[in-house]
Amino acid sequence: MISVDAREKLKSIVGNENYQDSNEMKLVYSYDATPNFQSLPDAIVSPKNTKEVSELLKTCNEYQIPIVPRGSGTNLAAGTCPTNGGIVVLFNHMKDIVEIDEDNLTVTVQPGVITLDMVNAVEEKGFFYPPDPSSMKISTIGGNLMENSGGLRGLKYGVTRDYVLGLEVVLPNGDVVQTGGKLAKDVAGYDLTRLFIGSEGTLGIITEATLKLIPMPEAKKTVLAVYEDLESAARSVSKIISDKIIPTTLEFMDQSTIRVVEDFAKVGLPVEAEAVLLIEQDGPIEVVERDMAHIEKVCKDMNAISVQVAQSEEEADALRTARRSALSALARLRPTTILEDATVPRSEIAKMVHAIKEIEEKHNVTICTFGHAGDGNLHPTCLTDARDHDELKRVEQAFEDIFVEAIKLGGTITGEHGVGEMKSPYLELKLGEAGVNAMKGIKQAFDPNNIMNPGKIFAKDERKRVVIG
Amino acid sequence: MTTKEKRKQNVQQSFEERMEYDELLNCMRCGFCLPSCPTYLETNRNEAASPRGRIALIKGVVDGVIEPDQDFEDQLNMCLGCRACEPVCPSGVNYGHILEEARDILESNKKRTAPEKAVRWFAFDKLFPHHQNMVRVNSLLWFYQSSGIQSVVRKSGVMKLFPENMQTMEKVLPPIPKPSELKSRPTHLNAEAEQKARVAFFSGCLMDTMFMKTNDATLSLLQKAGCEIVVPENQACCGALHGHSGEKDSAKALAKRNIEAFESLEVDYIILNAGGCGAFLVDYGHLLKDEPQWAERAKAFSEKIKDISEVLVEMDFHKKDLRLPNRIATYQDSCHLRNVMRTHTAPRKLLSSIEGVEFVELKEADHCCGSAGIYNLVQEEMSMQILDHKMEKVRDISPQVIVTANPGCLLQMKMGIEREGLGDQMEAVHLVDLLLEAVQ
Repeated sequence: MISVDAREKLKSIVGNENYQDSNEMKLVYSYDATPNFQSLPDAIVSPKNTKEVSELLKTCNEYQIPIVPRGSGTNLAAGTCPTNGGIVVLFNHMKDIVEIDEDNLTVTVQPGVITLDMVNAVEEKGFFYPPDPSSMKISTIGGNLMENSGGLRGLKYGVTRDYVLGLEVVLPNGDVVQTGGKLAKDVAGYDLTRLFIGSEGTLGIITEATLKLIPMPEAKKTVLAVYEDLESAARSVSKIISDKIIPTTLEFMDQSTIRVVEDFAKVGLPVEAEAVLLIEQDGPIEVVERDMAHIEKVCKDMNAISVQVAQSEEEADALRTARRSALSALARLRPTTILEDATVPRSEIAKMVHAIKEIEEKHNVTICTFGHAGDGNLHPTCLTDARDHDELKRVEQAFEDIFVEAIKLGGTITGEHGVGEMKSPYLELKLGEAGVNAMKGIKQAFDPNNIMNPGKIFAKDERKRVVIG
Repeated sequence: MTTKEKRKQNVQQSFEERMEYDELLNCMRCGFCLPSCPTYLETNRNEAASPRGRIALIKGVVDGVIEPDQDFEDQLNMCLGCRACEPVCPSGVNYGHILEEARDILESNKKRTAPEKAVRWFAFDKLFPHHQNMVRVNSLLWFYQSSGIQSVVRKSGVMKLFPENMQTMEKVLPPIPKPSELKSRPTHLNAEAEQKARVAFFSGCLMDTMFMKTNDATLSLLQKAGCEIVVPENQACCGALHGHSGEKDSAKALAKRNIEAFESLEVDYIILNAGGCGAFLVDYGHLLKDEPQWAERAKAFSEKIKDISEVLVEMDFHKKDLRLPNRIATYQDSCHLRNVMRTHTAPRKLLSSIEGVEFVELKEADHCCGSAGIYNLVQEEMSMQILDHKMEKVRDISPQVIVTANPGCLLQMKMGIEREGLGDQMEAVHLVDLLLEAVQ
């Protein structure tokens, strides 16, 4: 609950029109893309600049009002669900591309910019910003930074973190901090830039970011390799990389995923195949040609039924778009779709795919798997029905087994979606008690009143759970 | 309990009973629909004005989390119903069906004032379903335009008393055909080339009166393409206006009349030239899904529905000698033609094949123009905001012709041109009118 006094203060900061608390507005900001999580905030505010964000945080700190920063609400781990009420902060007034610096190869943006809009703007000038989360058409840069989003090009180019040079951050006490800058080298003190990236809105609010750009690769080629069994596909992935080729993209889809994706996208995916790999390489034309020829040979050696090269950029783009729709397309099959992003070292991908199959059978659940095979970042997706409590329990157990298996293989509980609230009970599995305590210490130092996205990353209790009814 | 509370309770109960819960759950809230939604974009990304938000609101009412209050109703009314969210939805959510059902529930629980009731009764029960009444209204308009009253009205400035978009609408209405012309419509036409197909023509109520010339052009193109054409006299209004305004029962009655009128004709296709009607006709199967004796017949009817542009391409009309004096042309999609009937390449292909026409793609041509049935009359502010943004995109490419494929879009684009004062530089035309000019 927000007291009358606090409400008036918040309104005076952002203006009446930017403070909303109707039932309608509270409802539509009560969720993100995570199934089974919904909780009404007390209000929704839209600040217009850094100064307003600073005053907002100061006031919330004073009145101990929880703050949930929200981009476009595409989070998959309940990171933007206001489970403790409070205010949801929107960035729809802070969405400028401030500058594209062609001399320093940087772009400076406000957090509300849509990822794809920024990508298009820099590409128009011949630059390349590689991180491309599947939701890039709608996700905001602010959200990408807070979640350290990955994407299809992560294998060769890394993730959001690898492209952030500097940030302007507002701390819970209202202080405005500048980290990093347009610098290739900078070791002045702790690396606060990296600390804030992937902090899931628990430490402060990013109000501006300076991102690194690279020159646009000269050429690009896309192929689709089709397999009769999962393991051959997984072995191809390992072989390509051990042959010292790092493709831009190395994506994997299993049969159920192929079928639903084809049903939606109609791009001619082989619905009878057990698995497909979508492989891309970019760079100088001769390198691309050479690598692709080698990749084609590896796939065929590993019993690929066919290896088709996309004939045009439109065809390649259709394949990428189809792959990006995988998760949402799976939602066609059952009412509830729960996905995870357990990640293992890429050498262990075949073992992980195999383990997921076993876990699926053991718990009698339906798991479809797709994901960034080259990154070892898989998306086992469970198709279920939130109304069937018995099945949900089995789903929960299956995911727990998957997490344990991933950790056993030297992996992690989340590769790119974040811990949020959904995976918070498993954080200790990855970090151990000492690791969690170290992180809690950092949280305490920045946000002693725990107003920044409370309930996220750190579990409220020890009870292990994936699904909350 | 007050009447208002009682009504809310009834509405809530109807939502619980009538909304398909699986369909609501099918939305997994990925947000992929957001960038396609005109009202989401026009409201500076208000989630409540997005498809994901509206589905969440409806689900919220079904679940009893929120009440069906005025905000809720306003939000559903603000939706254009353009259905641009459907082709981009990987989960395949039938947003149009959800919206239609929700609006129907609100409508059936509505307490209307006597004048409102009278207007609706006249429009939905008397005017659109009956061709002869459409003809009568048309005659009044014709009289208005041709008797000299129009010029008197315009000079007197009396139109200034009307809302701004009504004033503009009055200016852009096409020359209305004479009443005598409307009374002698063809019912059967032979192919003018080697016959390739036998088709039926769905004439549409607005198209066959106010836009009669466009209907004539359509028939003529079909003849030239090699079609024998049947135009059943007993066909009715498609019912889209009813369906979208929460008058589902009337829509069903009209659907049945049309199925009866067309099913025994033994034709290859049922052709039309209005995306708005087409989208409703292809959905008869869903409209009548709960009536077993009609469901199959509805499906068979819907499978034959095709837009004129698709049929022309299929019959290689674009390979004919088509030419026009040099000009730049662009195409504004009809939302329902694109998003529901999934026709968008055929019109572009036809336009590009006309010698002398340089086809330039309009940026965001797939975004609604704001016409949306009667939306531009009932939601004037949002409609005009959308139109103004559309016209900015038009200005970027400065075409001489804006081509459309639906009467609503056509009038709206004419309004856009009028509002921007571009009348001396460009015109808006229906695709078939331009094609007829090109083939002659």
